[in-house]
Order: sequence, then C-alpha cells, then structure tokens
Amino acid sequence: MIEFVLNGRTEKVDQIDPNLSILEWLRTKMRLTGTKEGCASGDCGACTVITGTPGQQGNIRYEAINSCISLIGSLHGKELITVDAFRQEPGHPVQRAMMEQHGAQCGFCTPGIVMSLVALHANKEDTVPDDHRLLEALSGNLCRCTGYRPIIEAGRQALVQEWAPEAQHPAASLGRARDGGDEATIHQDSITLNSPEGPRYNAPVSLDELRTLRREFPESRLVAGSTDLALEITQQLKTLDHMISVERVEELKSCRQQGDELVIGAAATYQQFRAALSALWPAFDPMLERLGSLQIRNRGTLGGNIANASPIGDMPPPLMALGATLVLDGPDGERRLPLEDFFHGYKQTDLKPGEFVHSVRVPAPRANEQLHIYKVSKRLDDDISAVLGAFRLTVDNGVVADCRLAFGGMAATPARAPGAEAALKGQPWNNNSVTAAITALASDFSPLTDARASAGYRLQVAGNLLRRALLASTSSETLMVTDYA
Amino acid sequence: MRKMPLNTPTPAHSARGLAGQGVKHDSAWKHVSGQARYIDDLPMPEALLHAAVGHSEQAHARILSMDLEAVRNYPGVVAVITAKDVPGDLDIGPVFPGDPVLADDIVEHIGQPIFAVAATSHDAARKAARLASVEYQPLDAVVTVKQALDQQLFVRPSHTQQRGEPDRALAEAPNRLRGEQQVGGQEHFYLEGQACLAEPTEDGGMFVHTSSQHPSEVQKLVAEVLGLPIHEVQAEVRRMGGGFGGKETQAAPLACVAALLAHATGRPVKYRLSRADDMVQTGKRHDFYNTYDIGFDDDGLIRGADIMVAGRCGYSPDLSDAIVDRAMFHADNAYYLDQARVVGHRCKTHTVSNTAFRGFGGPQGMMIIEKAMDDIARHLGRDPLDVRKLNLYRPGRDTTHYGQTVEQHVLEELMENLEASSDYRRRRAEVTSFNRTSPVLKRGLALTPVKFGISFTAKHLNQAGALVHIYTDGSIVVNHGGTEMGQGLYIKVAQVVASAFQVDLARVKVSAARTDKVSNTSPTAASSGSDLNGMAALDACEKILEGLVAFAAKHWSTPPEQISFSDNQVMVGGLAVPWETFIQAAYMNRVPLWSSGFYATPKIHYDPETGTGRPFLYYANGAACSEVVVDTLTGEYRVVRTDILHDVGRSLNPEIDIGQIEGGFVQGMGWLTTEELVYSDEGRLLTTGPATYKIPAVSDCPPDLRVTLLPESPNREATVFHSKAVGEPPLMLSIAVWSALRDAVASITDYRYSPPLDTPATPERVLSAVTASQHWLARQKEIA
Repeated sequence: MIEFVLNGRTEKVDQIDPNLSILEWLRTKMRLTGTKEGCASGDCGACTVITGTPGQQGNIRYEAINSCISLIGSLHGKELITVDAFRQEPGHPVQRAMMEQHGAQCGFCTPGIVMSLVALHANKEDTVPDDHRLLEALSGNLCRCTGYRPIIEAGRQALVQEWAPEAQHPAASLGRARDGGDEATIHQDSITLNSPEGPRYNAPVSLDELRTLRREFPESRLVAGSTDLALEITQQLKTLDHMISVERVEELKSCRQQGDELVIGAAATYQQFRAALSALWPAFDPMLERLGSLQIRNRGTLGGNIANASPIGDMPPPLMALGATLVLDGPDGERRLPLEDFFHGYKQTDLKPGEFVHSVRVPAPRANEQLHIYKVSKRLDDDISAVLGAFRLTVDNGVVADCRLAFGGMAATPARAPGAEAALKGQPWNNNSVTAAITALASDFSPLTDARASAGYRLQVAGNLLRRALLASTSSETLMVTDYA
Repeated sequence: MRKMPLNTPTPAHSARGLAGQGVKHDSAWKHVSGQARYIDDLPMPEALLHAAVGHSEQAHARILSMDLEAVRNYPGVVAVITAKDVPGDLDIGPVFPGDPVLADDIVEHIGQPIFAVAATSHDAARKAARLASVEYQPLDAVVTVKQALDQQLFVRPSHTQQRGEPDRALAEAPNRLRGEQQVGGQEHFYLEGQACLAEPTEDGGMFVHTSSQHPSEVQKLVAEVLGLPIHEVQAEVRRMGGGFGGKETQAAPLACVAALLAHATGRPVKYRLSRADDMVQTGKRHDFYNTYDIGFDDDGLIRGADIMVAGRCGYSPDLSDAIVDRAMFHADNAYYLDQARVVGHRCKTHTVSNTAFRGFGGPQGMMIIEKAMDDIARHLGRDPLDVRKLNLYRPGRDTTHYGQTVEQHVLEELMENLEASSDYRRRRAEVTSFNRTSPVLKRGLALTPVKFGISFTAKHLNQAGALVHIYTDGSIVVNHGGTEMGQGLYIKVAQVVASAFQVDLARVKVSAARTDKVSNTSPTAASSGSDLNGMAALDACEKILEGLVAFAAKHWSTPPEQISFSDNQVMVGGLAVPWETFIQAAYMNRVPLWSSGFYATPKIHYDPETGTGRPFLYYANGAACSEVVVDTLTGEYRVVRTDILHDVGRSLNPEIDIGQIEGGFVQGMGWLTTEELVYSDEGRLLTTGPATYKIPAVSDCPPDLRVTLLPESPNREATVFHSKAVGEPPLMLSIAVWSALRDAVASITDYRYSPPLDTPATPERVLSAVTASQHWLARQKEIA
C-alpha cells in the first residue's frame, strides 16, 4: 500500500497496477481531469503536476514533474498538488497573470503551464527569479497557440506578487514551502504495491533491502525517475511485471566530496547533483540546462542515464572524458570500473544479473586541465542530442600533454575517439593538430543517419566541435548562439 | 426604419467589452484552472466503450488476409469491425471520393485504418488493436513529390494560371534566374489530440461530441456511414485544444469509427488518438517542390515569371485541390509578376493524405517567390528589401496573375513604417560590420511582406448562420456555426452582439456549436470565422432590433429615429429605459426576442477553366523584420529580435489579434526551422512524437518581439465593423526568419552568393548552406 497527500487530503492506494502513471490515476481513477495528456512521453508538459518530497531536514522540496511518465508508486510519502487545487477564484497570482496577459488560447497546455509557474513561484526565495530561471521553468511546456510571449510576460508579472493562501486551501502547504514545511512526515518505510493482475512494485529504503530484492528477483526492472522506463509502458504498451524502485534508498541519493573525487549517487536527480558537479566542472552547467526539461531533470537520475546505455545519453560522454569511475553494487558486493568499460554495445552493459549502479566517482580538475562540453540538437530546449562532444584537455605550454575526447550520437554507445586523441597528444594545441584530429575522427566513427541527423552532419559537427574547443581556449570571441546576448 | 449600427465604430462612452476592446478569452478562467472541458474530460456515460484501430503497416499493398482472432479474444474487447461491417457508405472523402473509413482490399499508406476495436478501456482497445496478423502483397509505393512528378501520378488534374506571354518576357529580360526548392510539411501538433464521443440516440441515430472545426461534415459523414438521413445525427463542438486546420477534415474519420462501433454495440464509444497514432494516422501540411524561372531588369523589377508548385497530397484528394490552388494564388505573395505562368500539381503519394494547415498551401506558394527575391538581390548585389519593395503591387501594377485587382494598397506604407520602426538600415550596416569580424557567429536580417487572400476559394463555403436569443432578464445567448479552437472567435462574436445592442459583454454568453441549432455550417477555416459568423450574428441582432424599435415606437409613441441603444439602456425620446426593463416590456408585449441571422460573402467568383476571377473579398497584409544569429560551426541559430506590423483592419479585439499574430508567427517559424517530418524510403513516418518532432519551445520565442497593429486601417470592404481576418496571415510573417538565416549565411560570401536553404532550415540544413557558401568562395578564389 502507498500513502500520499493529494491536494491536502490523504490518499491510500493499494491493489492497483503499478504500471499506472500518476496522470492515468488522476484522470481515470479519480476523474480529476484538469491535468491533461498531450503526449504521454514527458515531452510536452500538459500533464505537469507538483510533488512535494520531504527531505532529511524536515523540509519539503516542491518540484514540477511530468505526471504522464511518473508512476503511481513513486508518490508514497509525498504530496501531490494538481491544478484541481486551484479551482476557487480569484486564484493564484499565476492564474490571474495568465488571464490578464492572454497566456491561454486553446487552453489545453495551460494547466501544465500554470503548474510549472506555480512551482517556480513556490520556490522563489527573497529575490525574484530572473528571465533565465523563468525560461528554464517553462522549458518542458509546449504551447502551440501563443508563441510563448504572453506566457513569459505572465510569469514575470506573477513572480513579483505574493500568494498567501488560507489554511484550508488544498495547496496551502505550497505557500509555506520556504518556511520548512512543518507538517512534513517522512515515511521511512519500505513499501510494496501489488495489483490483482500480478504486476508488483517494490520501493525499499535501504541498500541491504535493495540487494536482497535484486538477488531474489534478478529479472525485475530497476526504476528511478522512470523518465525513460515509463515510455515502454506508455509508448510500447508493455506491462512491466516487477519493478524495483531505487529512488527511496538514501545511500544512492547522496552527492558528496570524497578526497579528490565527487561521488554522485546513482539515484540523485539531475537537479540534485547539478550544483555540486557544476561547481567542480563549470562546463556541465550549460549542458545540464539543456538536458531534457526542468520536469525531466527533477525526476531523471544519473544512474538511469548511464544504465540505460543509450548512445545519446548526455552524461556518459563528459564523464568518460573525465575518466570517471563507476561503482556497481549487487549480490556479490561492490565493484568499480572505468565508466567507458561499462558500455558493451547498443543498450548492452557490464551489469551482471542482480547488479545495479551505485554511484559515479568524478575526479576533480588538475593543473592545466580544461573541459569542453558541447551539445548539438535541432531545438535548443528539451531535445535529444544529435551529437554531444566532451573534451578534456591538458595543455602545457601550448602543447596537448593529455586529452580524452568522448562523443555521444556517433556510435552504438557513448565512445571515445582514439584516433583523434592520438592525433592531438604531444602536438601543439593549434589549427594544424585539430585538423589532423578531425581527419582521424572519420576513422574513429561511422555514425548513423536517423530522424535527428544524417551521418555526414554528425561527422562534420563532431569535427567542428573540436575547432570550437580550440577557439574557446585561445580567443575571447563569442562562439555559441546560446551565449550571444 | 431605424439605421442599425452596422459598420460604425464603437462610441466613446459605452457599455463594457464591445467590439474594438481588448477583452480576455471567454474561457480564460476555465483554462487556467483546468475546468475547461475537452472531449476526454466529459463525464463518462454509462457502459462507455473505448475505440482503437489497427492500421496498415505497408505503404501500398493488397490485403491478402486479416486474422483478427487474437484481437477479439483480448480481455475487455467487445466488438471488432472491418469495412464489411459498415452499413452505409464506406467512402468518407470530404470533397472527392478516395477515403474509405476502413480500408478494404487495398491499403495506400502506413497508418491507414483497416479495422476497429471497441473495448472496456482505452488501454485494452489499444493493446488489442496491435494483435492482428495481416498478410500483405506489397505493391509499388511512391513516397516523394519528385517520384510522383516523374511518374505523373496526381490525385487531381494539374492547373495553370497564365497572363500575357511569360516565355517571351523571360527570353527578352536583361537578367534571368532559375531556382528550385523543397518546402517541408508540418504536423499540426494541436496539444489536444483528435478525440470524439459517439452516443446512440433513442431513435437509432447518433449524437457526437467531437473536437472538430467542421461539425456539419462530421454530422453528414457519420450519417452516411450509418446509412441514415442527416437529421438522425447531431454533432456538438464546445471547444478544441487547438485545431490549426488539422481538425477540419481529419476529425470526421474518428467520429465515423466511433459511431460505427457505437452502432454495432449499442453503447457509447469514446475514441481518442494517442500522440503517436495521431501523428501517423492523420494528415499534415503538404510539403512542396517548387521551381521558378524569372526574368528581371537591372534594378530587380520582375518582367516575367514561370513558376511551378507541386504539393505532396498523399494517397487521396482530401482538400488538396483547393490547397494547391491557394499555393498558386500566393505564388506572387505581394509582388506584381507581370507576364506570368503559375502551374500547380497535386502529387499522389502512398503517404497519409495531407490536409488543411493554417495558410492552406498559401505559405508553400509564397516561399518560392520569396526565395526568388533573395536570389535576385544577391545576383544584382542589392539589399533584398529594396528588391521586395520595388516589386510590390501598386496602382497601375495592381492585377494578380489570376486577374484579381488589388484594391487596397497597404503594403508599401506598411513596409516603410516597419523599415523605420525596426531601424532596418542602421541594423543592416551593423550586422554587415559584425559579420566581417566575427569568425564563427554570423548575424542575418530580413524584412518580408505578406499579402494573403481572404475567402474560401470554394465559393459555396462563404456562408454562415447564427442564432441570437434574448431572455426575459436581458441576458443573451449567441450561437453560430463557428467553432472555438483557442482563436477567440467566440469572444469576438459575443463582442459583436454586445455592440449591436450596446450592452455589457457580461450579458452575452456564447454556446457550443451544434448542428441542430445552426445547420449546414462551413468549417471554421480560411481565417473566415469572425468575418462570416460575426456578420451572421450581426444580421440576427439587426432583425431583433428591428422588432424592438417598432415595438418601442408604438409602445412609447415615439418616432423610430428617436430610439437608440447605448450603455445598457434604450433611449426612447428623452426617456432612458434600462435594458432589462425594456426587454421585459418587449416580452410582455409579445415581441420576438430571438432571431436567426445569415451572411453570404459578396463579390467573389473564380473560373478554374480560365484561371481568372476574384476569389478573395480582400487581402490581409503584414510584414516582419527578423534578426538571427547563426553558428557556422554547427548550423545552430537563434532568432534574437522580430518586429511585426500587421493589418487587421479595424480590430474586433486587439489583444486577441495580437495573440493570433504572435502565435502564428512562432508556429510558422517552427514550420520553417526545427519542425522536420522524416519519412523512411518505404514511406514510414519516423518522427512520431515530440521527442523527435520539435515544435518551438519557450526559448525559441524571440527575446525581443514587438508586434504592432497597423493603425487607422479599416477594411475597405463591408466586413464586420471593417475588421480583417487574422487567423492564417501571420503564419507567413515567419518567412522573415528563413530569409534572415539565408542572409546570415550569405555574409560568408560577402552577399555575392545566394545559398540554397530548403526547409525546414534545421541546423543541419543551415550548416549545409554554410558549407556550400564556403565551397563557392573557394571556387571564386581558384578562378581569381
């Protein structure tokens, strides 16, 4: 059984198919139809809701998430706030601003947009979020009617207003978000959700329990944020018989410095590790801002991005360029291996039955090291990379003492470019050596043509990203459209 | 007889919310609080079933056998039907035949429905529909426009419009250029997917809730597939979660399937498409292959043009005849072509049948002449803006290649104004100088016009009806044949009604479009919603007013000319009668308080035999100036600023109109930049969801977007309060973005070479234009 708070009221749910998304549960079981399905794949944001997750310090973290690809079992111990909490006029400042600015036309994306903005509003501290944060908060909400200008305007207007709900308001807890959530109850229990039809969902809270479950059910599917796994349910119409969630195992969620390394737990979400990783290696920050949308980054985890072994996951290439170490855990205990040895082929990894990703150990920068991470996609926001290039270079007195070049989208797995690395090592860091490295890339990779890009484009861009890295480290020109003011 | 307030401006002191005021959408609160109901949100009727279809996995094939046992046996399945189970007509082609509701024998595209399932849940219906085993005998499939052109495979006959002697003019012109382009299609991506709910009536008929721009067509086609007279079927549309043309003909097939299943089971059936099924099974904007051959003098003035436009129609005609016609009508955009020939082909391919999409072929036609404008300018070393301005229609050069005279010349002044307000010349110099020194990033600037013809080119569709009811407390309901898809039609028509009676807008309520209230309605399309329905509603109001004035004159013994309506009162001589009191008195004296209204657009005609006529009542105009920055290493880009000046005549609601302009512009920008429909060689759509099909997201909105309505520009024609249509024209303002991208790339060759840039101009295509420009430059250096 799971227990959570929906718009101020406690819900207890059991004997339900754990393949059910939060959205399906809301719309079909509760007949709360304010939250919409636009794509059922986490790409449009019409289904956006807010979850409140109790933290260790008694605080509650309020986040906008895609309810269409979040599973019902993930709600245990949380608060769920939907647009249905805001049915009483005059409404939240966000709703009033959206009306005044004509931020809705057909209205179908609107509940999701309202919830994204309400989440941003609830999390605003003493300083009003700037346009940058506003756009980030809306990056996962598609609108086909307005062209966004009035929505952005509505966001600006609402963010300078205060909201003081009455105590009985269904979303009253949001209004107290920054006071530390006095009502937070941390459910420290492991839970199991069963359905009469058979599918089962476990959410253990300790590493030991997780190990035991994995030993007992090696065929079970591991799930964290379900931003990828849920697509098997909503798009391929699969029924997953047994899922084991890692998102409640506290040891897998930590993000801490250990000696020279930053250790990121596999179940840490992008938003949870972004600040620490970007502090160590600032090149991650702009890339992470374009990885998925805020809703995705609130749910997606590092372990998920690595373990699903997609050739176009954005985290593996830069971590491989840095020489990060992967820590695996399982029935036979812990083992470590370089991340690049983890990927065997398309969606094939080194994971043995019952094993799971425990954490990733990221080395800190050393003298003269530089890291460049470049993501290239059709659309700037919320798009999967056509090519992602990540380059770690050690340049001593103008000579490339060491380099690791890794790419996504160029092969069946995230992969290093051995030929291009060899062409650069020991050479001056200049046009000639980069040209030689670019030539070598053609032997390193034979990329595919697919809906995102052609093989020719991928190869050309991969080379040009090396040129960009050279220019970035040797000139002060603005080189990227995202930096152009 | 009292003169009604037809086509008069709103008085300065008046009731609130009248026409001309920027009031918010009638559903605004419901939208922001999640209380606006779309089809899938309606309370579920008892015993509701859910539908899904099984569709063809072959682009062109004969079905040899179809084993549906596993489908039937899936838990929850209640009924499975095929073409053989259709009691009435199998073909549901909206204008011409060619669209079987369920394919029988031959399939002609991947995604074509071949059987339908009703089950107790949405999930069960979808899962069951995947279990059929179908044996196909593959037939030759044609996938692209060029393949169809090569094989002369068309869904409808080709058509030519010609004036004068274009061949001679081309031969004699001092300069001559030829060019070709591919213009991509576009998925509508309405956020609410196609959906409907069919409920059997007690008379053996059907009531259909549908998310459709054309309820009357839904009604007619459902009646036909069921073999019933039309009056046994009624359809209702409260609102759509976006339409954009994608729910003009494409909603009816769903309604027919749902109705067939409801008929077969005697139970209500809901049918909504998942996003992937919607993208695979329903039609999109036509992609085009266009060519031009243009002769011009040394200033860039066009002497002759030979233009070909060819649209990928898919497997059936649908609306393609009119869509390619509109591409031909707009192959001149805003320019006088002089001696001209425009040929249009309707190419048949074994892909989904393409359909209406905001602009209806017009945008694709405009693209070829806008490409030519850039090319002429580069050839002559002139600023493309100067070439565009030089070729504008103006008095003396004011007749289109299809013989319609441009009567209201708005664009020359409009473009001059925008050129000044956008600071085009200074920024042109700045951009050029930036590009000389910036090694990687290049900026581009372009200012392009839009002239768009307003009226359905199918003449009979230019009619509308409305019903206006006043209740005894003075509250009013207006109902008309138009449908609400977010464009603000309902609020605009309500404002027209409020203006007619000079009462507060709050007294006027809009109600859902229903085929048993106003019959034989035209689709809400062709930007015509408020032109047609606003006038029909006004007609109804005038009829009521006529009776009210006659009553008041008699009741208060006052001459009719001394009776007027203003600010929620009726002035009877010196007596001010509050609206409620007046209406109560009229009721007690047995005066009719409701009326129907009707409107048919005057003046329009077109002869397809000669390719001449006046297909449009008037033209809507606008222009946009866009600036972009392009990364020449990756082809990535951003639009940094856009200025728009648009002509909506005398606006019925400036806030709603600005929303249409901004939304249309960004939607058009998506069409020309990131929205790429990718098909495999076998005709399978590979971009079947938002993960791979990228419509603009929030950061794509230009950070500096300035939209202004052209002031003091009443429509010369007697449209409703002299307003102009606004739905489609702004989409084509986005051509400025495409032209600015080409401009940025052209800077590589110091603007001497006009780089090819087919659309959508994805980063990949932009990088390819960059590479082509670099190669051109290298060749020039070799020559020198």
